[in-house]
Amino acid sequence: MVKVRTQDLLDQFKLELVAGKDGVHREIFTSDISRPGIEMTGYFKYYPKDRLQLLGKTELSYYHDLTTTERKDRAVNLCTDITPGIVITRGMDIPEELIEACNQSGVPLMRSPYKTTRVVSRLTNYLEAKFAPFTAMHGVLVDIYGVGVLITGQSGVGKSETALELVKRGHRLVADDSVEIRQEDYDRLIGNAPPLIEHLLEIRGLGIINVMTLFGAGSVRSFKRITLIINLEAWDQKKQYDRLGLEEETMKIIDVDIPKVIVPVRPGRNLAVIIEVAAMNFRLKRMGVNAAEEFSERLTTMIEKEKSSLDSEFD
Amino acid sequence: MKEKKFTITDDTGIHARPATLLVNKAGQYEAHIEMHYNGKTVNLKSIMGVMSLGVPKGAEIVVTADGSDEEQALQGVEETIKEHLGE
Repeated sequence: MVKVRTQDLLDQFKLELVAGKDGVHREIFTSDISRPGIEMTGYFKYYPKDRLQLLGKTELSYYHDLTTTERKDRAVNLCTDITPGIVITRGMDIPEELIEACNQSGVPLMRSPYKTTRVVSRLTNYLEAKFAPFTAMHGVLVDIYGVGVLITGQSGVGKSETALELVKRGHRLVADDSVEIRQEDYDRLIGNAPPLIEHLLEIRGLGIINVMTLFGAGSVRSFKRITLIINLEAWDQKKQYDRLGLEEETMKIIDVDIPKVIVPVRPGRNLAVIIEVAAMNFRLKRMGVNAAEEFSERLTTMIEKEKSSLDSEFD
Repeated sequence: MKEKKFTITDDTGIHARPATLLVNKAGQYEAHIEMHYNGKTVNLKSIMGVMSLGVPKGAEIVVTADGSDEEQALQGVEETIKEHLGE
């Protein structure tokens, strides 16, 4: 699990550290952001003190209307020993009482020049990405016509060779051999390469090659959403492979079910072309054109027609 | 499933050449072999995966093997690690 500290926010965003610099190494444990509005009135019973606090125009103008003692009281209550930070938006002036309380308790007080809603969404996006569930998988991730295809299969089945051919055909490599996957939101899986092996491909007999220098900047991508899994496996005579494409299999990664296609490997089968077509066909299906289903309907009409002509012969 | 813990004592850590030896060894077995380090898991039969971890000297790794020849696999991997990488 990655650790996120208040310092990371200062590095990442245009935030000015106004007070409480002793606390910049405080850890942030949740992506939720709190806007302490009701707390400003003095109600701290359910104050989410472990979250990042955001004070916008409404909160601050209410704060200004309070008496000096009340202001002091609220500021002290806001700055607990675990509060990771307080962010003031719109570049507003910060009341003395708050600065004092932050310096005393070591809660970093930061100021952003942007509007509150903008700051909330950017901070949330950043924190959500950081706290996203994470896993690593053995496989190759390629962007084929805009479809993120994760090619999986046993070691030595030909994943990297297929990826090389796909790159040669103009598609883009994201990661070879080891793909880091994080879940964003509840239904999106984003894959990227571990930094050390980014842009590299290992081909038996050639060794490690750099796809970006060999094929150009257009042949690589740094991350891609995974929408299709293609599992390569050695051809098994006894196994039944999908002949129609009517059923859609899925595979679960973290919490997301991803459509999966099993492609048997046999010498002489051009895997790159098959995978390319699988990706195109997948796109087509998502656009509402399903060849297998259309064929099935055509067959149904045909059989019904045959049946009625048979029936009429007997009439 | 079998598992074993190792400590890397080689100065360069799991660098390219020793990684190759390890991966080639693992590739000789049927079993599914994985290496765990720093909360990440990679397939020990995949050279890029193993190298992507960047395992330094002094690191503790766990190797797991799962399959019909898991015992021999883990023993083979152990021999390679002891010979080239650590204990």
